[in-house]
Amino acid sequence: MTPLLPKRMIEVEIDGTPVRVFEGQTLLDACRKVGVDTPTLCYGDTLEPKNACRVCVVEVEGARVLAPSCSRKAEAGMKVRTDSDRVRHSRRMVMELLTSSVDLSTTPDAAGYAERYDARPDRYGPAAAPNPDRDRLRAGHHVEPDGDTAATVASALKDDNELYVRDYGKCILCYKCVDACGSQHQNTFAISIAGRGFDARISTEHAIELPESACVYCGNCIQVCPTGALMFRSEHEHRAAGTWDEAAQTVTKTICPYCGVGCNVELHVQHNEIVKVTSPADHDVTRGNLCIKGRFGFQHVQRR
Amino acid sequence: MDLTLTDAPPSEAERDAVDRVLGPPASGWDGGARDSTVDSRIAHGGHHARGRRHELLPALWAVQERAGFISPGALGYICRRLTVPPAEAYGVATFYALLSCEPRPPRVVHVCEDLACRCAGSQDLIAQLEEQVGPEGTLTADGAATWFRSPCLGQCDRAPAAMLTVAGDPATEDVLAPTSAGAVLAVLRGGRAPAPPGVAIPQQGDPSLRLLRRVGIVDPASLDDYRAAGGYQALRNAVSLGPEGVVREVKDARLMGRGGAAFPTGVKWEAVARQSARPHYLICNADESEPGTFKDRAIIEGDPYALVEAMTIAGYATGSEHGFIYLRGEYPAAHHALHHAIAEARSRGLLGADVMGEGFAFDLEIRKGAGAYICGEETAIFNSIEGLRGEPRNKPPFPVTHGVFAKPTAINNVETLVNVLEILSRGGPGYAETGTEASTGTKLFCLSGHVERPGTYEVPFGATLRDLLDLAGGVAGGRPLQTILLGGAAGGFVRPDELDLPLTMEGARAANATLGSGVIMAFDDTVDLPRLLMRIAAFFRSESCGQCVPCRVGTVRQQEAVARLLSGRTRGGVDGELALIAELGQVMRDASICGLGQTASSAIESAITRLGVFSGGAR
Repeated sequence: MTPLLPKRMIEVEIDGTPVRVFEGQTLLDACRKVGVDTPTLCYGDTLEPKNACRVCVVEVEGARVLAPSCSRKAEAGMKVRTDSDRVRHSRRMVMELLTSSVDLSTTPDAAGYAERYDARPDRYGPAAAPNPDRDRLRAGHHVEPDGDTAATVASALKDDNELYVRDYGKCILCYKCVDACGSQHQNTFAISIAGRGFDARISTEHAIELPESACVYCGNCIQVCPTGALMFRSEHEHRAAGTWDEAAQTVTKTICPYCGVGCNVELHVQHNEIVKVTSPADHDVTRGNLCIKGRFGFQHVQRR
Repeated sequence: MDLTLTDAPPSEAERDAVDRVLGPPASGWDGGARDSTVDSRIAHGGHHARGRRHELLPALWAVQERAGFISPGALGYICRRLTVPPAEAYGVATFYALLSCEPRPPRVVHVCEDLACRCAGSQDLIAQLEEQVGPEGTLTADGAATWFRSPCLGQCDRAPAAMLTVAGDPATEDVLAPTSAGAVLAVLRGGRAPAPPGVAIPQQGDPSLRLLRRVGIVDPASLDDYRAAGGYQALRNAVSLGPEGVVREVKDARLMGRGGAAFPTGVKWEAVARQSARPHYLICNADESEPGTFKDRAIIEGDPYALVEAMTIAGYATGSEHGFIYLRGEYPAAHHALHHAIAEARSRGLLGADVMGEGFAFDLEIRKGAGAYICGEETAIFNSIEGLRGEPRNKPPFPVTHGVFAKPTAINNVETLVNVLEILSRGGPGYAETGTEASTGTKLFCLSGHVERPGTYEVPFGATLRDLLDLAGGVAGGRPLQTILLGGAAGGFVRPDELDLPLTMEGARAANATLGSGVIMAFDDTVDLPRLLMRIAAFFRSESCGQCVPCRVGTVRQQEAVARLLSGRTRGGVDGELALIAELGQVMRDASICGLGQTASSAIESAITRLGVFSGGAR
């Protein structure tokens, strides 16, 4: 949002390069301003930074531990290293830990980050068999592993409604869908984090199916999901059939015809068929959000 | 907020349990009987209704204690009463090990499987339960009871320990310590818990004791006895000094926090007192869940008024009118003692709107934890009190400006707080005469494991590890010492040749160790150290909140690596696994959000580097 009052500028140093940013901006903002490419996974520019994934950590001179650049506010005089051994180590390990426990096949950038930091997820061993009871695991209890296989978050696809599917085996637990469903965007509160530790998962109350829950199918969770764990049914089906072809898709920005708000919608079209709908995150009214009509109400366009 | 609730109704008992905590519903809007003549004209909701979110955990506890688990109907009723979305309430309920959203029988025994209890045969006890009842979670023949493994119950001085919870009205909670397979089986079959063990400390009656001098000697239930033994003199001194005077004395005393981080208490209090935002809050962190820690229990059970008085002083000094004591859920006797002490103090005008007629207000409220080690982290406590999941917050901002309810908050450990009584009795400079230059005063240590006389000990800072071990009568049975775990699971192992280590903040730091929460757990030559490390790895995996990747996944990968070292089926040989553990340790230390992840590898790494375990050192 545009600041209403002029803000003070402060100077920080990123890898030896001085840069001036507005007071209140983050180290990530500063990094981007000087062109330092910083990996992010859980960061979403329309939501409060949750700094859960820790792939964006940087080294602030004088600090005991690394700082998440996505949320740490720049302070005057901060000297920041973005490519020190410690930073590279943490980023590599975060990518190893995530890649070895989560299906990142539909997470854009994940493979690139893993390669950039030389992550070797295979060294934790072959993936363990999925735990069929992930939705019911008790906090503070787990079956002792033998170390021969690496535990993963793999779980059965949740396919319980007409509009989108949830594949939490792809979930990195970034909290963005929860924040978007809750107080930051939609105020519907259909989902939360349940359980604890490695067994924590996104869940409705008592893991009930979405049609029983408070979900209003705005799809704003899909909009912010960085991993493809939440996916339009149309995209999911195309992917399952092997016909998903992003190179063949066009994106058309238009205005939702349903009401007078005038939300921008981006229609993703493949072979003359709308396969998913997004909304520009930088739109200062809707900030990427839509309602069920704008998000899913496109079938009438393609009735033939 | 437009709540979508399932149709499942609460049972009468569940409704009653919730209403006893929250009071009766005001209208049909918050779960009462619907009266169309009134309810259709007035809507009760909005900020006022949502402002009761902090009562979520007490309400969940009420149902858990009455029904033995939290059914969909009960959860829905709580949500209606507090205007909390059910998904969020479920997320909170499933965060805690002592709450269950899955059906559970009324009678549950939680059997400690942690470090000190292992030294006292808990593995045999558990094996017998598995044989006679079945794996944890198996119902007994009558379907009315079950048992679960539990992390450290804070009863290491009387190991092995278990805790019996019986749901009902009234619900009961009893610690069985020391216990046996026979005793656990008896209570599983419906037997009554034996009378709780009394408070006892090995140094009882020693005139050099300060923090512990009343424990075991003065009746912990009697306010008159507490006053006769010098109680409430410190508060009088505090009032005559004024709030700034109290802070000055605490700064002069150079009191450092005893919770593990050793932050100067006076500096913290001054920072809170100076905040213009109101109200200020005071929180006592009594969630000591570090395996091997039980010192705060000794104080609360044995001298509860000391904590009440110390918190009153802290409240006065920091300008806080409301104090919370976040007490771990596994301390029923401490809860009872403290609850009684607070009620007594309130009835005598020592808490309330006008404390001692001195014109300042202060009152206390106990918040009962529900089985989460992470809720000993200060910002996780804030979230837990506010009715959120007990996940740590990112710092900055710090608690002195943005603590509980986003207000300035002073948060201190039990032991830190009771030291303030000494400071106000002796004066700050007088207090600082004890101990060393950088570590003033006395320190409580929790001796457990293979020592002759386990218990809570108090010594001036500067005593060595050997002094403490000698105080506790040395290694039990005169066996050779294999190693000592110093500072708890988040601390580290030290060798038998390092017993001259001075137990001061600076001494421990210089030796690359930590005093942590004051744990000194001795292990003799019979202990299978690799198995012990496996338990430590399991502990951190179970207790990680799951918020950040380094800790959430790192603790699992660490446990798997230790498992491979145990099985011998290593990947890349022993050296490869040790290197992997070091790499995991570094990312958890560098990039985790909070202290849990940052220390989750420290004991395991210390066993590798200091003891040489897995590479031909200690067995």
